[in-house]
Amino acid sequence: METDKLIAMLAREAEPVAPGRVRQRYGAALALGVAGASVLMVAFLGVRRDLAEAARESMFWVKLALPLALLAVSIVSAVRLARPGVRLGYAVEAAMVPVGAIWTLAGAVLLAAGPGERLPLLLGVTWMSCPFSIALLSSPAFVAAFWAMRGMAPTRPVVAGAFSGLLAGSLGAAVYCLHCPEMAAPFLGTWYLLGIALPTLAGAAAGPRLLRW
Amino acid sequence: MAAGYALGQNSALARVMPPGCNRGGEAREYQGSRKRLSAREDHLKELLIRGLAGEGPAYAAFLKELSAFLRAFLRGRLARVPDEVEDLVQETLLAVHNQRHTYDPARPLTAWVHAIARYKMIDFLRLRSGREAMNEPLGDEDELLAATDEEAREARRDIAALLERLPDRHRLPIVHVKIEGLSVAEAAKLTGMSESAVKVGIHRGLKTLAAFIRETEWKPTS
Repeated sequence: METDKLIAMLAREAEPVAPGRVRQRYGAALALGVAGASVLMVAFLGVRRDLAEAARESMFWVKLALPLALLAVSIVSAVRLARPGVRLGYAVEAAMVPVGAIWTLAGAVLLAAGPGERLPLLLGVTWMSCPFSIALLSSPAFVAAFWAMRGMAPTRPVVAGAFSGLLAGSLGAAVYCLHCPEMAAPFLGTWYLLGIALPTLAGAAAGPRLLRW
Repeated sequence: MAAGYALGQNSALARVMPPGCNRGGEAREYQGSRKRLSAREDHLKELLIRGLAGEGPAYAAFLKELSAFLRAFLRGRLARVPDEVEDLVQETLLAVHNQRHTYDPARPLTAWVHAIARYKMIDFLRLRSGREAMNEPLGDEDELLAATDEEAREARRDIAALLERLPDRHRLPIVHVKIEGLSVAEAAKLTGMSESAVKVGIHRGLKTLAAFIRETEWKPTS
């Protein structure tokens, strides 16, 4: 087919494109991710019984702020990566801010604690299951974030995959906060971040295969 | 001397000057070419925005003018494989069309188109000749609208043949609406599909076409 014919074909009856399609798709992906994670959490883990009490402690909100900050960074970054020619900016640096904050807090808590208290602060009682539970809860958002990105035009598939995974992981961790009884900063700075890192790495690995266009 | 002095006074001009360019004539020429590029950017962007709003002729003009820029850009970069330039022009046009919803009118058109052309070109070079080809100069955004080339060679890959491979639910809507020029309603009546199925078929079909192109890409044709 000649190029002129191709152009005529593409232009004929071309559907108008409503502005905001990128945002709509990411909005839908987030809604699906939250709904999926909530269903999995209620079905397999259960909401923590003392949620109302815990919500009165400031540490509960610090704990929730960690994944929510990462979620915000990853949404902004994913929408940028979805559009060709838009620079990512300081996304990685921005993601390091909440991580650095929780590590600083964790360091302060560990320093203040007595030698015998440090290991329990780090391991809590759920360290073995925490990262995997977060990864499990993030799986619907992982599928949704890749679905959204596959409808876009990412020119950096590894990075776009990683931020899609970070979006899923931080969303899963935020929902997991409603189940998880752990409140110590050293625990959050280790096992929560590990749970978020799992889908992030999986996303980086899957990007080149799943995000071609 | 006088020209150099005048240039020093004009800081806006000095800023856009490339290093090593210090003669008045070249500076004026350079400034002239910046103006021309920005006029082209504005013109193409206006056509695309009207096209995205549903103005068919403006969209066709956008793709037509863009194809000439793409051809010159890719021909300059792919001097070693001139026969495949037109294929890549077509593939890039299809990508621009399929991903047109990712264009943000608040941002420069050149950066968007350049990123798409670059992505398709890197893919091509990677598949074709591995790592060695990655050293080819990819050029920067400014070069994209620098020159036009209206003279299309024949494409080696026949998109019409690839269209035949699409399943009927994609192929028939594309053939009736996009090639034969029927309206969506007429195509729906003819095929027994609903109007929305016709629209979805066109949309999905063109995406599948791009995937076919990737699959069959650059296999040496004897």
